Amino acid sequence: MATGKEAAHDVFQKSLFYLPILALVVISFFPLYWLLITSLKPLTELYAMPPKLIVLDPVFQHYRSVFEQPFGEYYRNSAVVACYTLVLSLVFGYMIGYAVSRLRFRGKQLILLVVVATSMFPPMTMVLPIFVALRDLGLINSYIGLSLTHAAFGLPMIIWLLSALLNEIPKELDEAAYVDGASRLRTFFSVILPLSGPATVTASILVFVHSWNEFLFSFTLMSKASLRTLPVGVMMFQGEHDFPWATISAAILLSVVPLVLLIFLFQKKIVSGLTNGAVKG
Amino acid sequence: MHDISITEPWLGQPFTGFENYAKAFRDGRFWHSLGFTLSFSTVTVVFELVIGLYLASIANRTFRFRGFVRAAILFPWALPTITNALTWRWMFNQDYGLINGLLLMLGFIKEPLNWLGDSTLAYIAICIVAIWKTSSFMAIILLAGLQSIPGNLYEAARIDGAGRVQMLVRITLPLLRNVILVSLILRTLAAMQAFDLMYGLTQGGPGNDTESLPMYIYATTFVDMQWGYGSALGVLLFIVLLLISMIYIKWLYDGDR
Repeated sequence: MATGKEAAHDVFQKSLFYLPILALVVISFFPLYWLLITSLKPLTELYAMPPKLIVLDPVFQHYRSVFEQPFGEYYRNSAVVACYTLVLSLVFGYMIGYAVSRLRFRGKQLILLVVVATSMFPPMTMVLPIFVALRDLGLINSYIGLSLTHAAFGLPMIIWLLSALLNEIPKELDEAAYVDGASRLRTFFSVILPLSGPATVTASILVFVHSWNEFLFSFTLMSKASLRTLPVGVMMFQGEHDFPWATISAAILLSVVPLVLLIFLFQKKIVSGLTNGAVKG
Repeated sequence: MHDISITEPWLGQPFTGFENYAKAFRDGRFWHSLGFTLSFSTVTVVFELVIGLYLASIANRTFRFRGFVRAAILFPWALPTITNALTWRWMFNQDYGLINGLLLMLGFIKEPLNWLGDSTLAYIAICIVAIWKTSSFMAIILLAGLQSIPGNLYEAARIDGAGRVQMLVRITLPLLRNVILVSLILRTLAAMQAFDLMYGLTQGGPGNDTESLPMYIYATTFVDMQWGYGSALGVLLFIVLLLISMIYIKWLYDGDR
C-alpha cells in the first residue's frame, strides 16, 4: 500500500517536471506545425473556421506555386551570400583574432574597444551610410556588397569568439613549432588551425544563421528582383491586397529547412557559441 | 533630399543641420514612435527575463530528450524575424487564424478578435511574438550563468533549512547578477532596434500606432527619401541607446566594488 502511494507520488513528481517541458516543446514548435498543415491544405479547408488541426488529404499544389515564382533563385542568392559572408568573416576574423591573441603591438586595447563599439551601432542608423558607400563603389545589387555588410556586422562576435579560443591554445605549442624551424604562417596553418576546428564550426554556424536571416540590408541593398535573398523573397509572395497564405506557408517552410537541420545537428555547439560570446563579451 | 551634410559638420555647414534636430523635437510621430519603442522594449525584456530564467532552470537539469528540448529552445531564436512575423500574422488572422480559432474553441471569446486592427491588441500581439522568439536567447545566456554556480551552495542552504524561494532570492539571483545584467543589455539594445517584427506583422498599423522608431527612420529615409532628417533621427536613436547602455554599465560596475 505504502509503496503504491510512493509510486503514485513519484509519477506525480515526474509529471510535474515533464509537463512544463512538454508545454515548452509544443509552444516552440506549433508555428512550424501550423505552417506545415497550412501548406498542405486544399483551398476549401484553408478558410475554415475554426481551423482544422489535422490534414487528412494533403495536397502539394501550394509547393508547385512556390516554384512558379523565382524561389530557386532566392535560395541560390541566400546560399551564395551566406557562403561569401562565411569566408569573409572567417578570414578577417582569424587575421584579427590571431593578431590580438599572439602579437604584441601598440593600440591593441584600442582595437578591441573599437570592435566592441562597432557592435553597438544600430543597423538602422547604418543603412544609409552603407547604402551611399556601396552605391559609390558600384556594389549595390551585388553579392559582394551584401556579403561585406553581413560580415561587417558579424565580425565583432567572431573576433571575440576566435580570440578567446586562440588564447586558450597554449603558446608553448607555437614556440615548439618555431624551434623546429616552422615559420609563423606554417605554425598557424599546421598547429593552430587544426586545434581550433570545433570553435570554427560554432562561429561558422552563427555567421551562417545571421546572414541567412538578415532582412534589413538584404532588402535595401538588393533592389533587383532576381537578386533577392530568401527572407525578402518570402515577403514578396504577398500581393497588393491578398495574402496567398498556403503558398507563403510553403515558402517559409522551405526557406527554414537548412536552419532546422542546423539546430538539430549542432544544438550543443550553437549554445556554447552564444554563451561564449555573451558571457565573455 | 535635405542637407545631407548634417552628419559631417567638417564640410563647413555645421549649423544648418541642427534644424533637423529641432524638427524632430516638434515631431509628434517621432515622440510616439520613441515612446512605443521604449514601452515595447521594457515590457518584452521584463517578460523575457522571467521566462528565460524559468527555461534556463529547466534546461539546467539532466533528463532524457535533453538534446531535443534544447533544440526546441533554440528554434524560435533561429527563425528569421521577418519570416516569423509573417507566420504570426497568419496565426493572428481575424477570420481564419489559429489563435482566434483556438480561443473560440476553448470558449474564451465569443467573437473573433481583430488582433492586428486594434491598437491595444496589436501591441499585445507584437509583444507576444517578441517574447516567444527571444526568451530562448535569454535562457541560453542565463543557463551559462546557472551552470557556474556550484551545486554544494544549494546543498548547504537546504541543510540550513532554506526554502526554494529563499534559495532563489539569496543564492541564485545575487550570483547571476552580472549575467542577468549582460543579457539585459543585449536584449534591451536589440529590442530598441526592432524593425523586422513590426514591419512583417503590422506594418506599423493600425495608423502609426505600432510604429517603432527604427521603422520611422526607415520610412523617412527610404520611403520619403528625406536622408538628412532620417539621419538625424538615426543619431537620436543612437544617443538613446548610448544612454541606456551607460546606465546599465554603471549598474554593472557598481556591483563589482
